[in-house]
Amino acid sequence: MSAASAPASAGSAARAEPKAASKRKKAPGAKTPWWLWVAVAAIVIFCLLPFYWLVNISLKTGPDLSSASVFPPNPSLENYKSVFQNDDFTRALRNSAIVALVTTFLGVVVGSFCAYALARLKMRGKVLLLGIVLSITTFPQIAIAAPLFRLWSEIGLYNTLQGLIIPYLCFALPLSIYILVSFFREIPRDLEEAALVDGATHFQAFRKVVVPLAAPGLATTSILTFIAAWNEFLLASTLTSDPQYRTVPVAIAQFTGSSQFEVPLGTQSAASVIISIPLILLVLLFQKRIVAGLTAGAVKG
Amino acid sequence: MSEITLDGIWKRYPDGFEAVKDMNLGIKDGEFMILVGPSGCGKSTALRMIAGLEDISDGNLVIDGDRVNDLAPRDRDIAMVFQNYALYPHMTVRDNMGFALKLAKEPKEDIDRRVNEAAKILDLEQHLERKPANLSGGQRQRVAMGRAIVRSPKAFLMDEPLSNLDAKLRVQMRTEVARIQQRLETTTVYVTHDQTEAMTLGDRVAVMRGGIIQQVAPPKELYEQPANLFVAGFIGSPAMNFVPAHLEGDTIKFPFGEAEIPGWIKTRMKGGEGQGARDVIAGVRPEHFEDAQVEPDRPGLRFKAPVAVVESMGSELYAYFDVKSEHVESAELVELAADAGLSDLPSHGGDEQQMVARLSAASNAAPNTEIEMVLDTSQVQLFDPKSGRSLAQPGD
Repeated sequence: MSAASAPASAGSAARAEPKAASKRKKAPGAKTPWWLWVAVAAIVIFCLLPFYWLVNISLKTGPDLSSASVFPPNPSLENYKSVFQNDDFTRALRNSAIVALVTTFLGVVVGSFCAYALARLKMRGKVLLLGIVLSITTFPQIAIAAPLFRLWSEIGLYNTLQGLIIPYLCFALPLSIYILVSFFREIPRDLEEAALVDGATHFQAFRKVVVPLAAPGLATTSILTFIAAWNEFLLASTLTSDPQYRTVPVAIAQFTGSSQFEVPLGTQSAASVIISIPLILLVLLFQKRIVAGLTAGAVKG
Repeated sequence: MSEITLDGIWKRYPDGFEAVKDMNLGIKDGEFMILVGPSGCGKSTALRMIAGLEDISDGNLVIDGDRVNDLAPRDRDIAMVFQNYALYPHMTVRDNMGFALKLAKEPKEDIDRRVNEAAKILDLEQHLERKPANLSGGQRQRVAMGRAIVRSPKAFLMDEPLSNLDAKLRVQMRTEVARIQQRLETTTVYVTHDQTEAMTLGDRVAVMRGGIIQQVAPPKELYEQPANLFVAGFIGSPAMNFVPAHLEGDTIKFPFGEAEIPGWIKTRMKGGEGQGARDVIAGVRPEHFEDAQVEPDRPGLRFKAPVAVVESMGSELYAYFDVKSEHVESAELVELAADAGLSDLPSHGGDEQQMVARLSAASNAAPNTEIEMVLDTSQVQLFDPKSGRSLAQPGD
């Protein structure tokens, strides 16, 4: 036995060596070639330019708005001030926050329950069920907007925040479930069983062992759900008409200039910049949670 | 501290597969019981049924006088050590070990005290604030043990707890496990496929095959009086040699000579049966051979053996030699070979049977030479070729 394992381990050691050597080649000492930096810079500029232009416009007022200069000639925060003085906008901001947060919370809770069941239960047609759930995401929203408008009007959900949260959940859940199923599948079943033997109920095992380990997945799905609900325009504009219940994207679209002939470009840009900020903060915050390898060390390493 | 009784336990899966068949086993208070067998023999399933992680299809599981078939794992007061340790990766070692106590809502000081105690026993004190990912394999294994120990449960269930360690550490942890169990005197059920672990750790060992317990006995008895071919072939390393033999009156005819039937077997053989001529399978442990040159005075059957291969272990020699005989055929031995991965090896010549002898290091056996071998025939085991049952085992 030991005689047989000795040559085997020697063989694996020999195999490990070239691997280690190739790793050393990529060590931080080696320099990144200059053209890679150029490529990175090009991509970053390409991606950020629209956003920069948005900021650029938001700092311009009056006749400057029609200028194409890369830097605003007379930068001012006038647009931002006027946006915050607009009650419709601040109310819409609050509505958006409520709708997006509630959708995210419900989406993560319901989604993680569904996904856990799909990942763990032994049942027939699991793959088919997941496929059907996922196929919902391929529905064009415009197809349901009109029927939903009729239905919501009939049952009194038109012009309510709940009326927005429900369809948002429908569109957010499939992807959440799909992402979470793959995360839950990765978590060794032994961990839950250990928790059960340690005296946990099934729900405790889920909450204290499975959920913390699936945190990166939960963070990802929350971000996606939040962004989708925060940015959604089509359903929000179809299902609300009263400024009382408008969300931010709709409110911005409804901005009016001081006169009929003025395009409210400056205030719209400022508002757009403002509503982008929570998303940027959110991604930066959650980025810390999206750390791969959180399960490292759970089982034999 | 408690007794565990398995009374006619069955495990049937929906597809009709029976993983455990009519298992009867009484585990005494404080006993170290080993379930051993090749992979797929149902030993892990049996353990998981005791833990409550697997439903019991039929039969009664009794812990401390209470039937616990329908209790959830958390209500059975047992601790389990998993093969891959199943440490909670998001908790520190301290939290891992205190998790069960925290769930039981023990006071904080109590938890700390008991975790510290367990950490002291396991030499984990300086690692309490670390996460499992930062521990070595052996340390993780000890944390898994610690998680079981802190609870002072009715029983420890261990599912191949050492199989993920490398060979040297495994031997070290084996003694550790034995030491801890002796110190705590907690009833322990330990599943392994490694017969060395089974022999060294257990108070008693239950050998399983195909969901059926083959024999339950202390290690020494298992080794010296195996109930059937399977147990004989499974226990012991190198494995027992099997050759076809023929009984005639009081003599055994081996392919390499003749000897008298050992007295202890004869007295155990039922009157009438075994008398007269019959075919048997003879089992010979490698250590019952010796080089006749090393011990010239040793009594026993002497014969010339053509040695093919010699493996020196330093303290002893393993000499492989071939014996002319027809092949021993038995489902049990085929299964053992399959489990050991030997079935893929080219089959040995049809009329030659390879034997291994464990000789003293002083022997000058060399490859491709012929030496005189002496066999202690009083130690020979005899098995019925059809049923595989030992002739020395009182039949039913």
